Amino acid sequence: MIAAILRWLDERLHLDDLIAPFRHKTVPVHRLTYWYFFGGITLFLFGVQVITGILLLLYYHAGANDAFESVQYIMTKVRYGWLIRSIHSWSANLMILTAFAHMFSVLFLKAYRKPRELTWISGMLLLFLVMGFGFSGYLLPWNTLAFFATKVGTAMVGQVPIVGQPMMIFLRGGPQVTGATLIRFFGFHVAVLPGLVVVLISIHLFLVQRLGMSVPPKIEAEWAENPSARREMKFFPNFMLREMMAWYVTVGVLGALAAIFPWNLGVKADPFGSAPAGIKPEWYFLFMYQTLKVIPSKVWFVDGEVLGIVGCGLAGLLWLLLPFFDSEPPSRPKRWITGLSIFAVMYVAGMSAYGFLAK
Amino acid sequence: MSGDQNTPPGSTRRRAIEYFLGGGILATFASFLYPVLRYVVPPPDVDLGVNEVVAGKVGDLKPNSGAIFRFGSSPGLLILTSDGSYQALSATCTHLGCTVQYRGDLHQVWCPCHNGIYGIDGRNISGPPPKPLTAYDVHLRGDEIVVTLKREA
Repeated sequence: MIAAILRWLDERLHLDDLIAPFRHKTVPVHRLTYWYFFGGITLFLFGVQVITGILLLLYYHAGANDAFESVQYIMTKVRYGWLIRSIHSWSANLMILTAFAHMFSVLFLKAYRKPRELTWISGMLLLFLVMGFGFSGYLLPWNTLAFFATKVGTAMVGQVPIVGQPMMIFLRGGPQVTGATLIRFFGFHVAVLPGLVVVLISIHLFLVQRLGMSVPPKIEAEWAENPSARREMKFFPNFMLREMMAWYVTVGVLGALAAIFPWNLGVKADPFGSAPAGIKPEWYFLFMYQTLKVIPSKVWFVDGEVLGIVGCGLAGLLWLLLPFFDSEPPSRPKRWITGLSIFAVMYVAGMSAYGFLAK
Repeated sequence: MSGDQNTPPGSTRRRAIEYFLGGGILATFASFLYPVLRYVVPPPDVDLGVNEVVAGKVGDLKPNSGAIFRFGSSPGLLILTSDGSYQALSATCTHLGCTVQYRGDLHQVWCPCHNGIYGIDGRNISGPPPKPLTAYDVHLRGDEIVVTLKREA
């Protein structure tokens, strides 16, 4: 029956031609192959976000007066609403985690070098967009933590010299964080960012497909020395089935987290209340937050805040353009980039831990 | 138990594993689908036990006119007839659910969507409506016009 339908479609659309490249695609097999799974897991979690996000849209009301109440309604009245929302929140956090893991694995396996510079750039832009999703989605329940996080986050944008103020007003929909900000963030979160992400994911996947999988230089060297050690598996179905097992495990982790630790809602935002003590951003912004906290208010004659934000921006730009600073294969990767990568992991991990523990 | 490592395709053992795998995948999808199906059905309305509302005040309506009032979550139609008596009906047309109105010129209740006509008592007279409009009890409490569901006889 299914075979007959497939044959009917194939006779008309010649689907075999479309699948052919996937049949030829192979994945190198070596001791670091498991790092190849993280991009796929991130993509899977994005799919979970799309589905649960659409489900949340069935009951969510954007607007300062009833956003909080509508999420409360989802959490308490709608059957399995707590589960859907908790999965959306947990999946968002796991997606950022796996996106970072993917980025650092590409960095350490030297997969960003020629000819994959554009794959790296599209991936970095996706990472920025994912963080934008996190930032905009965080405000939507309109609770106190989200309100102040948005206030601080958008104020930081306002510190950027020259373009900062207009950008902040654009983001906030006015000089202050109000219901207008909520409506804007809702629009970014459910329309603008998804559109951009779909385009970038298409480009990213096309490039991955076109350029094939990268083999880390060290393993390439080992294989050159001992050609009989070279191993690969077919992408379809061998790698795909393994990837799907990884997705299955991810679903298990996600379901367990959502069921055991349902995401809480907090207290409705009061724009005229004080910020609560011990307020902190989400964990994935902690390293930037802590960096800004430790910079003194004046460094020589520059405002500490401005220095921190411009510094973070330049660091982000350097990261985006990193492939262009490294050498081209087959020459050895530059050592200072490896050193910088190690420093970056330690800095992000260290500052996040410091931010988490600091009062 | 046979010690055969290379079980050929189609053997019982292989088929059993395929059933386990397929069943596991199906069960997984069912466990996704069940909460989602429950989720998309909205929880029941919390407007339980509305069987009496104040539809208006005496003097709000001119004789031979009607007005819509809220009866729980659905609209009702209050009519003051030319002879000065009140009549209350469900305002939801029994044909396809449009909200009906009182036509003073016809002395009848009219549904604009498909030209359905009801009598003042709710009887379906002409046009597509298949059933009469539900009539409510009306009584006065001071100057308030109180509409209640008719008691089941």
